[in-house]
Amino acid sequence: MNASVAVTQPRREGAALKTKDSQSLPLTRLATPGGKETTPRGTPVSEVAFEVDNLSCWFGQHQAVQDLSLQIPARAVTAIIGPSGCGKSTFLRSLNRMHELVRGSRLSGQIRLFGENIYGPRIDPTLIRRRVGMVFQKSNPFPTMSIRENVTVGLRLNGVRNRVALEERMERALRMAALWEEVKDHLDRPGTSLSGGQQQRLCIARALAVQPDVLLMDEPASALDPIATTKIEELIQELKKDYTIVIVTHNMQQAARCSDYTAFFYMGRLIECDKTDKVFTNPSNKQTEDYVSGRFG
Amino acid sequence: MNTSSRYHAWRKIKNLTMSGVSFACAIVVIAPLGLVLFYLIAAGAGAIDWHFLTQLPKPVGETGGGMANAIVGTLALLGLASLIGVPVGVLGGVYLSEYSGERMNWWIRFGADVLNGVPSIVWGIVAYTLVVVPLKGFSAYAGGAALGFMMIPLIIRTTEEVLLLVPNGYREAALALGIPRWRINLQIVMKTALRGIVTGVLLAGARIAGETAPLLFTAFGNRFWTHHLKDPIAALPLQIFTYAISPYDDWHRQAWAGALVLILMIFLINIGVRALTRGRFSGATR
Repeated sequence: MNASVAVTQPRREGAALKTKDSQSLPLTRLATPGGKETTPRGTPVSEVAFEVDNLSCWFGQHQAVQDLSLQIPARAVTAIIGPSGCGKSTFLRSLNRMHELVRGSRLSGQIRLFGENIYGPRIDPTLIRRRVGMVFQKSNPFPTMSIRENVTVGLRLNGVRNRVALEERMERALRMAALWEEVKDHLDRPGTSLSGGQQQRLCIARALAVQPDVLLMDEPASALDPIATTKIEELIQELKKDYTIVIVTHNMQQAARCSDYTAFFYMGRLIECDKTDKVFTNPSNKQTEDYVSGRFG
Repeated sequence: MNTSSRYHAWRKIKNLTMSGVSFACAIVVIAPLGLVLFYLIAAGAGAIDWHFLTQLPKPVGETGGGMANAIVGTLALLGLASLIGVPVGVLGGVYLSEYSGERMNWWIRFGADVLNGVPSIVWGIVAYTLVVVPLKGFSAYAGGAALGFMMIPLIIRTTEEVLLLVPNGYREAALALGIPRWRINLQIVMKTALRGIVTGVLLAGARIAGETAPLLFTAFGNRFWTHHLKDPIAALPLQIFTYAISPYDDWHRQAWAGALVLILMIFLINIGVRALTRGRFSGATR
């Protein structure tokens, strides 16, 4: 497979997207002279959340992501695996325009979220981030705020004043994050008074409260104990009914357990992206096979 | 076993020595504070009475009288200085820590550090040129401006430092929620660092409250009540200075009392503001 295969794949969108694509076609070819690199796409699915075309990300002179093309299906869990420094997190952060916040960072290529170019000239990154929530490796509830305030902060600081609506959204978000039963009697305690696993679920509730379309998770369980990790994984299974989830993980068992699709990154490139069981049982690439069987990385 | 326990004893000795040395250094730091306070109380407490706190200075030759006007004057000057110094200093610190680029940062930091080293009397001259000359007279405004200018670089640096201590994770978490930058800075970053910012402001306030030189030809001093801020105003340091170099025993006594009152004022403001801004969750949890 090469880049030209990728652009001939079927798409769900109508004419508008096709014209956009036919315009970008020559550019796509130019970007990968010779088409030596394998940049396979995921299997076509009914609905696509992210379409990433020829994405490259730099930190100063260092190129962290190299000419990467990938589709991320909606309402499913896509896991990104790969050794440290393979560009997983950078890729994830480019999906909600967090990459550009790093001083000296650069980016080229195109990312479309449900057909809309999120790096378009008239796009406000703040609005993209409202649609694409993020959960970080280290749980980070705001220390000056109570549990209640932590969940509603995204709404309050975006101008929602209605108390009833805030309470309602808070409860729904905490329920979705499977935290409501544990905290409903002390919502005014500081968010930082919770245990590590609870704090991480509080952060998930905080991200869900603004009602995003997509939830990005950057190693959300790597600092948690096995029980808390299980809870987060169960939660991911629940959430994928309504949300598109992209999870970066170092833990291959975790990727195998809780994702529908798996993308394997190596040295800033996408090596393989396919259904999770295929990637783990019958990968089409030798490097993927070596990595998932633990021979390197 | 023997060697290992001997080794252990040697480690214990080293450990004790190290704690001993740090303890001694801590005492060296605290001792002057105790001595200054002790001497001030010994020399000044006797002269503080109701009259001292409520009356104007008596004319030369008459004993008694007080420094009420200077106490109020110092508070007024601190207020005026804070009006200039706190907003500019805090927002400047926010700019340094949250917005500015590396090159700009270097220049602002360099500027603030140089300004911190400017002798305080120079600030008096600056305020004289900028305020006294155009207003054609010494005034509380001029004194407040001189002290306010002094506060700016102090507060910029402390604010920047405490804001840099706020973990980046909070900023990123807030950005990922789609919260606009200015609200993140105001309601998350600054709120998290509030105690530190307040401490910096208080330190700057304490530092300028005792300044005499910048007030000599700006606020000028006044032996009576000041009814308008465009008139010269009394200040404790000025009054202390005048009384301390006078030949009268009664005035010396009052100078000591004034110094004690000045220190107590700073102390009370410190405690009060700290109590008011105590983070809801940084103290005891409810």
